[in-house]
Amino acid sequence: MTRRTLAVVSAGLGRPSSTRLLADQLAAATRDELDRRGAAVELHPIELREHAHDVVNHLLTGFPSPALREVLDAVAGADGLIAVTPIFNASYNGLFKSFFDVVDSDALAGRPVLIGATGGTARHSLALEHAVRPMFAYLRALVVPTAVFAAPEDWAGEGADAALRARIRRAAGELADQVDRRPAAIGPADPFALTTSFEDLLAGRDPA
Amino acid sequence: MQFGVFTVGDVTVDPTTGRLPSEHERIKAMVAIALKAEEVGLDVFATGEHHNPPFVPSSPTTMLGHIAARTERLLLSTSTTLITTNDPVKIAEDYAMLQHLADGRVDLMMGRGNTGPVYPWFGQDIRNGIPLAIENYDLLHRLWREDVVDWKGRFRTALQSFTATPRPLDGVPPFVWHGSIRSPEIAEQAAYYGDGFFANHIFWPKEHTQRMVGLYRQRFAHYGHGTPEQAIVGLGGQVFMRRNSQDAVREFRPYFDNAPVYGHGPSLEEFTAQTPLTVGSPQQVIDRTLGFREYVGDYQRQLFLMDHAGLPLKTVLEQLDLLGEEVVPVLRKEFDALRPAHVPEAPTHASLVAARDAADLTGAEGGR
Repeated sequence: MTRRTLAVVSAGLGRPSSTRLLADQLAAATRDELDRRGAAVELHPIELREHAHDVVNHLLTGFPSPALREVLDAVAGADGLIAVTPIFNASYNGLFKSFFDVVDSDALAGRPVLIGATGGTARHSLALEHAVRPMFAYLRALVVPTAVFAAPEDWAGEGADAALRARIRRAAGELADQVDRRPAAIGPADPFALTTSFEDLLAGRDPA
Repeated sequence: MQFGVFTVGDVTVDPTTGRLPSEHERIKAMVAIALKAEEVGLDVFATGEHHNPPFVPSSPTTMLGHIAARTERLLLSTSTTLITTNDPVKIAEDYAMLQHLADGRVDLMMGRGNTGPVYPWFGQDIRNGIPLAIENYDLLHRLWREDVVDWKGRFRTALQSFTATPRPLDGVPPFVWHGSIRSPEIAEQAAYYGDGFFANHIFWPKEHTQRMVGLYRQRFAHYGHGTPEQAIVGLGGQVFMRRNSQDAVREFRPYFDNAPVYGHGPSLEEFTAQTPLTVGSPQQVIDRTLGFREYVGDYQRQLFLMDHAGLPLKTVLEQLDLLGEEVVPVLRKEFDALRPAHVPEAPTHASLVAARDAADLTGAEGGR
């Protein structure tokens, strides 16, 4: 049985948080999909609120605290990432952006990512497409086609729950497909590994 | 083991008084700090090099030449010399001249510099930081060792039949350290040439320094310069002391909280837990510093950052008294007792001349 890890990042600020609720549902659905494909899935839920001060400190000092280092390694070393943010001012919130600003710029290259968001009304839903998706495109992540937005009305009312559930299932299936077709992740890259010989450096041969 | 101070040369408001020293005051204060370092028995004074405010030391050899004339035994060094944006030909000339004037009391630490605009101001591109450091240093290394150099590279105009003057004192170039916070390529570069490696050690957790120094030691042995334990390692450090540790914390906190680099970020308590910063009594500084060798091995040079973040000169000189009178004598004795016989001291001009003469003698005998 293949072992798979999913990092589940939630940038919700409230407690309890509907953003975290959506993240948990996306994670559970993806785990079930991978389960069906014969993988053993380990979830790493990451509530950014708990690391907010460390994220700011990292921005200011240039290095992470030990606790934030573990979180960054969990994100960089996962087979797949679920990233969910509340929409503020027509975009991801500042905590979400600040966190991904301290993730190593190569850490998510080629990594399957499922994006989700919550917001006060459904009018915010396209922020996923014009703000969140481009950020992960810049990081060269592989963002699955279905992004999941949950508005307040999705959590209640006639038939609404069913519509959100269907979107979650579709998105989770897409993420599971992408994770499943890849070899298992080997963990975060070693920042101290030499990737070139000194003779090459001296000869001006660029390894990249 | 060598002990000393290194300075960034920042002109920063004293947050407790709101007073901003003039550039002139700061430059004179740096000189006073160097003279004090010799007076209290420290071995090394190293100055940074910067080309933007609020920093004053843009011309290190001018300052170090002046200090050389006013000191007897202090080793003069840099932290760092910008190998990326300086012309390696000018570095070869300036530091050979300084070496003559200081009768050999000179070494240098190469660094890339991390201020983006400095690169274009000097006609370079920060994205070429590593290739510039590699190519420029290789040229510098040759200019000090070959009387006539023919050279062609990517970043500077070619040289035909060029001789850098003056030639190094006694034909022996100044010892070179390579400083880097996080680039394994620079640890590799130091190892390749058998030069020293200096870990900044101030802004990053110790695990980081441990990995960088470990890599350098392993590659130093790989290139045949000795065993990993014989590689030449220097560390930075940052301390603030008062006899009573609570006084140290109380007095240093406003400077820490407003410091240019990490101010307004982590708390003093978080930063002292996560980095080698020590704020407390001289005994606490001794204990913490002795602990460094447990993760980098026996090392050759310890430099302390003492004069930044707007600390007034009077306070810095008091710190140097404590460092020279109470801390360094104990560290010197303890480190020396712990260091095995096969681990060398940091090279000096005298030891490099002796090593060269011994090698010449062996070579001459072998030829007979």
